[in-house]
Amino acid sequence: MKYSALALVRGALSGGRSWGPAWRNPEPKPRYQVLIIGGGGHGLATAYYLARNHGVRDVAVIERGWLGGGNTGRNTTIVRSNYLFPESARLYDFSLKLYESLSRELNFNIMLSQRGLILLAHSRHDLESMSRWANAMQMNGIDAQLLTRDQVAERAPLLEMSPEARFPVLGGFLQRRAGTARHDAVAWGYARAADSLGVDIIQNCEVTGFSRAADGAVSGVLTSRGAIAAERIGIAAAGHSSVLAKLAGFALPVTSYALQAMVSEPVKPALDTVVLSPGTGAYVSQSDKGEMVLGASLDLFPSYAQRGSFAITQSILAATLAIFPAFSRLRLLRQWAGIVDVVHDSSPIIGATPVPNLYINCGWGTGGFKGIPVGGWTLAHALATGRSHELAEPFQLSRFMSGRLIDEAAAAGIAH
Amino acid sequence: MMQLTCPWCGVRDESEFTCAGTSHIARAAVTASDEEWGRYLFFRENPKGVHLERWRHVYGCGQWFNLARHTVTHEVLAVYRMSEPPPPLTQGSA
Repeated sequence: MKYSALALVRGALSGGRSWGPAWRNPEPKPRYQVLIIGGGGHGLATAYYLARNHGVRDVAVIERGWLGGGNTGRNTTIVRSNYLFPESARLYDFSLKLYESLSRELNFNIMLSQRGLILLAHSRHDLESMSRWANAMQMNGIDAQLLTRDQVAERAPLLEMSPEARFPVLGGFLQRRAGTARHDAVAWGYARAADSLGVDIIQNCEVTGFSRAADGAVSGVLTSRGAIAAERIGIAAAGHSSVLAKLAGFALPVTSYALQAMVSEPVKPALDTVVLSPGTGAYVSQSDKGEMVLGASLDLFPSYAQRGSFAITQSILAATLAIFPAFSRLRLLRQWAGIVDVVHDSSPIIGATPVPNLYINCGWGTGGFKGIPVGGWTLAHALATGRSHELAEPFQLSRFMSGRLIDEAAAAGIAH
Repeated sequence: MMQLTCPWCGVRDESEFTCAGTSHIARAAVTASDEEWGRYLFFRENPKGVHLERWRHVYGCGQWFNLARHTVTHEVLAVYRMSEPPPPLTQGSA
């Protein structure tokens, strides 16, 4: 069913009875052409682009919990492409461009709001490194604009701008096309669109092992709902990538950490842009519901617990209040954490694994949400053709052996 | 907040410590191939379960020590010195 203004009227007139489920809830078939492990944004986008770009419709997405219940439902919803290196710039800007047309593409409102993202410079050195960063972006064809102190103050009036501030603001830089998108809608939009192209989305189905053919290639998975065979398998499991890799018999250069975020009680519009302060480690935006969305540093010890440590919660709040003292009276509504897959160069891994017919998309670390469209696009390409997509070519697992790392400090945006 | 037991100072809050990753990684030989060297530098087991790891009481006595900690429950199963081998462990509750 196509969503439209007419459908809305019809739905209202029928008292809501004309709305059907957005996707089916099928039983797993014994065999698929392609199987994707992980029903978050990346896995669902992979399934959608397999069907749409490559005509591969005999696809299942299997998810241990519920759809979009991992990091897709636990991030701070920021999309941006303010990266330093040409390889990253191409990858992330392709993703942002897909986001820009995604609501129409999926016939699902992902509520993309390109409200701009400001990085704050708190020192002369920050100003210098940001002008280098902004210049590199412009050389890569991505919008970037340096801001004076007054221009920053005009865009975010509640910022602490006094000269006595613990973290004085000297200026900043802006990516206008950056912003936020509704995280659940991205998962639901891809799920609905993939389902309508014939993809089976199977929730509550945990992978417990891989079956292998005589030549060592994967031939299927063992799950909590029985064995499922597949010609090719893709892993898009973020913080649990190492667990699945171990089941398949290989290792990854990944460490899993908890990354926490939190929201305040909803208040009237007070901040119409995203503010990121690399110096304090805080980033802040206001959701469309009015909540202040706050995030900052990782809990810097390996963790698979989807909850953050209170020590870090305190430091995130302290960092936020250092740049927005006016928020001190806000009450905190919710705090949560997702398990992120951090690699040494803060760049993703998208492509083949040492196991034939098994492909992986991981290593996005603290910034996977913005990469959902391109992560799905490039993993789908690898699964359909057996070759890396041109955009993903520099982002192979082999770079950790060759030493050709893409050491993208801008990936996190803040010092983790 | 986790509380960790420094072998020298006793029980302290997590915020006094920093974690420096997996313990007992053997340095690759000088003659190692690129693949062996890459594995040594970057590849980790990253277990969902008991992890042997190095910590430093950085805002305290400054000493290093090892922990056996469960990465889901954060239960600490053993504290031992840098020079000691890992103690035999019964798996922590998940």
